Amino acid sequence: MKNDDCRTVRSRNPGTKGAHWHAPATEVRLFPDILHSAFFILHQAAAPPEGSLLMIPAAEFPSAATNACKLCTPLGACLAFKGVEGAIPFLHGSQGCATYIRRYLISHFREPMDIAASNFSEQSAVFGGGANLKTGLANVVRQYQPRLVGLATTCLSETIGEDVPLHLREFAETAAGPVPPVVHVSTASYRGTHMDGFNDAVRALVEAFAGTDTIVRSDESLSPAAVFPGMVSPSDLRELKRLGASMGIPFTLLPDYSETLDGPTWSDYEKLPAGGTSVSEIRRLSSAQMAIEFGRILAGAETTAGVVLERRHQVPLHRLGLPIGLRETDRFLQILSRARKDECRADVHSSGRSRCAERPNTTLCILPSGAGGLELPSDLALERGRLIDSWVDGHKYVFGKRAVVFGEEDLAVGLTSLLAEIGIVPVLVASGGKSGRFAGTLRAAIPELDARTAIRESADFSTIAHEARQLRPDLLVGNSKGYGLARELGIPLIRCGFPVHDRIGGQRLLHLGYAGAQQLFDRIVNALLEDKQTRSPVGYSYL
Amino acid sequence: MNSPAAASISILPDRRDSIARAGEAGNAVACDRGSLAGSVTQRACAFCGSRVVLYPIADALHLVHGPIGCAAYTWDIRGAQSSGPQLFRNSFSTDLQEMDVIYGGEKKLGRALRELIRRHQPKAAFVYSTCIVGLIGDDVSAVCRELSAEFSIPVIPVASEGFKGTKKDGYQAACDAAYRLVGTGDTRDISDRSINLLGDFNIAGESWIIRGYFERLGIQVVATLTGDGRVDDIRRCHGAKLNLVQCSGSMTSLAKRLERDHGIPFQRVSFFGIEDMSAALYGVATFFEDPLLREKTSELVREEIERLMPELREIRTALEGKKAAVYVGGAFKAFSLVRALRTIGMRTAIVGTQTGDRDDYDQLRAMCEPGTLIVDDSNPLELAKFCLEQDVDLFIGGVKERPIAYKLGIGFCDHNHERKEALAGYVGMLNFAREVYASVMSPVWNYTPRRALRLRTAPRENEE
Repeated sequence: MKNDDCRTVRSRNPGTKGAHWHAPATEVRLFPDILHSAFFILHQAAAPPEGSLLMIPAAEFPSAATNACKLCTPLGACLAFKGVEGAIPFLHGSQGCATYIRRYLISHFREPMDIAASNFSEQSAVFGGGANLKTGLANVVRQYQPRLVGLATTCLSETIGEDVPLHLREFAETAAGPVPPVVHVSTASYRGTHMDGFNDAVRALVEAFAGTDTIVRSDESLSPAAVFPGMVSPSDLRELKRLGASMGIPFTLLPDYSETLDGPTWSDYEKLPAGGTSVSEIRRLSSAQMAIEFGRILAGAETTAGVVLERRHQVPLHRLGLPIGLRETDRFLQILSRARKDECRADVHSSGRSRCAERPNTTLCILPSGAGGLELPSDLALERGRLIDSWVDGHKYVFGKRAVVFGEEDLAVGLTSLLAEIGIVPVLVASGGKSGRFAGTLRAAIPELDARTAIRESADFSTIAHEARQLRPDLLVGNSKGYGLARELGIPLIRCGFPVHDRIGGQRLLHLGYAGAQQLFDRIVNALLEDKQTRSPVGYSYL
Repeated sequence: MNSPAAASISILPDRRDSIARAGEAGNAVACDRGSLAGSVTQRACAFCGSRVVLYPIADALHLVHGPIGCAAYTWDIRGAQSSGPQLFRNSFSTDLQEMDVIYGGEKKLGRALRELIRRHQPKAAFVYSTCIVGLIGDDVSAVCRELSAEFSIPVIPVASEGFKGTKKDGYQAACDAAYRLVGTGDTRDISDRSINLLGDFNIAGESWIIRGYFERLGIQVVATLTGDGRVDDIRRCHGAKLNLVQCSGSMTSLAKRLERDHGIPFQRVSFFGIEDMSAALYGVATFFEDPLLREKTSELVREEIERLMPELREIRTALEGKKAAVYVGGAFKAFSLVRALRTIGMRTAIVGTQTGDRDDYDQLRAMCEPGTLIVDDSNPLELAKFCLEQDVDLFIGGVKERPIAYKLGIGFCDHNHERKEALAGYVGMLNFAREVYASVMSPVWNYTPRRALRLRTAPRENEE
C-alpha cells in the first residue's frame, strides 16, 4: 500500500506531543495495537485542543465489509431452484432469510417469489430444527403440490449440525400422501457467496437426478446438450435456447428460469409459475451428447454439475467463459458447430442416414487473430457481421475510455472481455467473490489487459469506490449497487447482471451471444454519448 | 368471479383461526404467535425488526455482526431520509467466515468496530447480533463495553438474533438499545410545549412534513425516533412533555419506559389519512390545554383540508365503490388505511397485518364493513385466494405482495418502508390518493388476461 492510500483525520481531542501519528499506512497495518492504543489515549484526553492529526488507512479495512459486492449463498441456491419446473425453494433456518431473499429477488425480477422456510425459533436453535423442517415440508407439499423441493440449509441449521438426511427420511416415512423429491444443498452463508450457492444447487440437482431414469434415446432427434448457463438473466436463457436451435443442437438448460422468473400476467393464479427444466429432463442429462458449463472461474472449481456428468456418466464436458462479447460467443458457437458436424457424421456412418435436419445455408466467418473460421447458419453469421459493423460505426466513441467493472467473478470476466474487445480500458475489475483465481483468469483470458488494469477479488464497494476515485473512470459497468458511486463520480453506470433494482427490466437485460454484445455495445456507446451531450455547454443535437 | 385457483387453495388447518370476517360472530383472530413452518409467511425475523427501527438514526454506525447476507439485504433499500449525515445508508458487516464461526467472532468484531469508528467518527454505534452470533455465543456486550470505553461513544449491542422471534421481538430489542441513549443529554432549552415523534421513520421526508405542522402550531419537536434521527436528539428526548407514538408496534415499549422513568405521557396516533392526521394534531392541542392552540390547530386543519379537497373529490368520483385489499406490517397503519380508503370512496374488502394483536383485530372487526376478511400473518397463496374471491381492484402492501397483485391484474400501492413517496400528513393523503388513482385507473389492466376476461363476461351497464 502506498502512502497516498492514507487519509488525514483530524482527531477530536488530541493534544499533547506524541499525538501526531504520521507513520506510513503499512506500519499501521503491521502494528494495529499501537494505533489502537494511540487512538485510545487521544480520545481519553479531556480538553480538545486543535491541530493534531492522525493518519489512518482509508482503503484497507480487513475486518469489516462496507457495502458488500456479494450476497449470501442461500440466495443463489433459491434462484437456481426457481429454474426447475414445479420446484419450490425451502430454507431450513430463520424465516427472515427467506423473507429478505424473496424481497431482494422480487425487486429485480418483479415476479412472484415464494420461498418457504422452516422458521427456526429459539427452541429449534437449541434443540434442533427437525420438527420444524418436517412440519414445514408437510405444509409446503400440501399447499403448493410441488414437483420438487429445493432445500437449502442456512448458517443456522448448518452450524447446529442438523442431520438433514435423517429428517428427510423420517418426513418421507411419516408423510400422509406421496411426497416429491427433496434435493438438499448446504448453503452456510459464512462459506462463499451467492454464486457458490447457485452453482452448488445446480450440482446437487445433477447429483440427485442425472442417470436415475431409463434412457430412451429418441431416434428422431439428436440428444440434447446439457448447458449450465450460470447466473444469467431470463433473457440470456432465452437467447441461449435460440442459439442452440439455430445451430441445430437442442439444449437442456439447468437451471432455466426464463419463464418462471419472467412470465406473462395470468388469467388465474399459478401457485408455482409455469416453466423451468423438468426433473425428468435432469434425469436424462446423463445421456446428453455433451455438457457445456459457462464460467472461467467456475472452470477452476473441482466439482461442478458438469464435472459430475463427465465423471459419472462420461458426458464430454466443455468449460467455457460466459459467451459475452464476440470472442467468447465465437468459442461457444465453435463448440456447437463442431459437435453438430461430428454427431451428423457419426450418424451417417452408423445408420446410413442422418437424423440431422436439413442444414440451412451456412456462412464461414473469419475469426480474429488468425484463429481460423467458424461456420455459422447464415442468419447468425449476419447477426455477427452486423455486430462488427456497429463496432466499426461506434469505435471512436469508446476507444481509450476507462471503465470500472464489478460483479460476480464470472460475469466480470465476460464483461471485461467485451470491453477489451472494443477498445475500452478496464482500469479496475472487482468482485466480492474470493476464488483466488480471479486475476489469473482475467489475464489469461483477455490478452489486452496490461498493467493499467487493477484486479481486486474479495472487494467491497468501499474498496471499489476508493480505488475508482483515484482512477477517474469514464463509466461503470455492473449492477445497481454501483449507482451511488456513479452518482458521486458523475459518470454513467451501465446496468448489468444482478441486482438491477433501480430500473425496470433487469430480467430482460441481455448479455449473452452476439445479440447480447450488440445490446451492451449500444447501451455503452449511447451512455457515453448522452454523457458527452449532457456535459456539453453547446447541447449538440447531432452527434 | 370464478377462479379454479382460488378454489384449489386451501387454508392450512393451523392457520384457520387467524382468519375472520367483520360482522360475523366468531372467536378472536388468533395472532401474536410464531409463524407456521412452511407457511411462506410475509413476516421477517427479529433482526429485521431491529434494523427497521434503528436504521434511520443517521449519525450512528450500524454494524451487522454476522455473515454477509443480513447486511447486504438491508443496504440502502429504504426510503428513510436524513437532512444531514448519510452514514446510516451504508451497510457495514463483520462478514463472518467459517473460521470466525469456529473460533468465535469477538476479535473480528472488535477490529471491525475500531476500523469503522475511526473511519467514520460516528456519534454512536449499534451492533446487531444475527442468528449465527447467538449460536456461537460471542459476548457482544463485552466487546461493545470495551469499545465504548476506548472511543468514548456509546457502542450499543442490539439483541436481534433472527431466530429469537418475529419482527415484533426485534422492535423490542431495538427499543432496549435506543433507550440506552435516552436520558443522557441536556434538556435545558426544551420548551414547555414540546413533543417527540415516536415510530416515524421519515420515509420520503414524512417526518419533515409532520414536524412542519407542529412547528406551525408553536410546538417544539425534540426528537423523531427514529426518522432523520440523531444520537444527540435521542439522548435528550426525555425532556419533551408528550410522546406521540405512531407505528404502535415498534415504539410503544419505548414510550412506556419514557412514561415510567420520566413521567412523559404518550398518545397513540397515526399520520396517515385526513381523519387520523387531524386527530393527532387535535390530540396534542387538547393535551396542552390552550384554547388558542386549539383554535390555531383548527385553522391549520381547515387550511390543509381545503387545499386537498378539490382534487380528492375528483379522485373519489372515479374510485367510488372500488374494492381494496390491505396487507401491512402494523395494525395502526391498517386502521388509517381503512379510513383513508373510505375518504376516496373505496371499500376495504381484505385487511391483514403481520404484527397485529388481539385488540387490534377486534378494532378492525368493528370498523370494517361486514364481510371484510381479516387476517393475521398471511402468505402469498392465502392473499391470492382472498384477492380472487373478493375481486379487489387494488392491493396496498409491500414489495413482497406486489407481484401477487400484478399477476392478477390488480392495481397496487406500496405502503412499506421501501417506498419513496411521502404518504403521511395532508399532502401525503393527496399523494396516496394520486398513487391509488394512477394504479387503479391505468388502462393497462384492460390487456391483462384476467381483466380482459372479466370485461368480456361482465354485463354491459345499459343492458341491465
